[in-house]
Amino acid sequence: MAEFIRVGMSEIAISRTPDVLVAIGLGSCVGVCFYDPLLKCGGMAHVMLPDSVQILGAGAEITKPGKFVDTALPELLKKLTELGALPSRLEVKIAGGAQMFCFNGDTDRMLIGPRNVEATEQLLTSLDLKLAGKNTGGNHGRSVRFDLATGMVTVKMVNSPDIII
Amino acid sequence: MGLQHLTPLQKDAIKEVSNIGAAHAATVLHQLLAEKVSMTVPEVSVVALSDICEVLGEPEDPMIGVYLRVFGEAPSKILYLFPREEALFLAGLLLAEEDRQEDGDILGELEVSALKEIGNILTGAYVYAFSNFTGLNMLSSVPALTYDMVGAILNTVLVDLGASGDYALLIETKLKACEVNITGHFFLVPDPGTLAIILDALGVKGQWPNSSGSECPK
Repeated sequence: MAEFIRVGMSEIAISRTPDVLVAIGLGSCVGVCFYDPLLKCGGMAHVMLPDSVQILGAGAEITKPGKFVDTALPELLKKLTELGALPSRLEVKIAGGAQMFCFNGDTDRMLIGPRNVEATEQLLTSLDLKLAGKNTGGNHGRSVRFDLATGMVTVKMVNSPDIII
Repeated sequence: MGLQHLTPLQKDAIKEVSNIGAAHAATVLHQLLAEKVSMTVPEVSVVALSDICEVLGEPEDPMIGVYLRVFGEAPSKILYLFPREEALFLAGLLLAEEDRQEDGDILGELEVSALKEIGNILTGAYVYAFSNFTGLNMLSSVPALTYDMVGAILNTVLVDLGASGDYALLIETKLKACEVNITGHFFLVPDPGTLAIILDALGVKGQWPNSSGSECPK
């Protein structure tokens, strides 16, 4: 029986087929999905902010590694490796990072959504992980369902058909 | 010391000052609508960020959110959430019939503008009263509006609280225009550090650390 596992803001969850990992209401947050197609296991991180070092300073105590891109991705990778997943086999899909509210005079630096996406993509490259698909940016919130039986990520938005990545 | 260590006295003080602010906002809404408007006593709650999107029922339901930032001595965020139909009704009260443009799932420019203005007016009243009572200088930004999943709206508004802790302090009031059955949710969310300033201004800071309002509960 497939279980739906809710991944809240700043959380990381891993599981195996036939479970489905779900992140509801991603605004500027990004849902990062790692999938090992051979073992049919995977994990999702619901990251909120791009960089723990920039925000908290180096060496700060991190209570929730899932909160920051730079701490969440290594943690997710570690948890999956413990399950037996092979980094070279992992397919990565990301969704989220919208800019939902637009204020006049906001500078790029203030746009957390796009910064989250940029930080995620950069870190994936330096971790040598391949990005298999993404649905990011824009100005609409998303819900993400990550089916561990198939590796398919379904993105749901208000007023538009579901997108499968 | 973290948000979960607020004493009942401190929570009551926050509730009281929010109550005064919300009462002003309700009075203004009443004048605007020429309808009787009622409000609930503000609820002060501390919510884990990971549970945030479930604060208002079904997180995937779309709602209209009007969002403003408050600057000055007590930086905060203010968010109004209305179900779409009720928001459109509210906007309609300010617009002439021929100006209404909403069509299916799209909000007309004038409806958006009317709703933002309502957010502006309510916030002005709220912030003025809050500021008078606490003696803290506060100024609100122009409003921004979106129509989206309520979970995603809350997620976006609260995301930067993550920089300093794992919890959010939410002050929620429901405003209800009785005759026309409009229910709006009003949230005031103090920025990290602002809570200490507000508690201090209310004379109930006690042992609350200056840097807090923000740190993770130990």
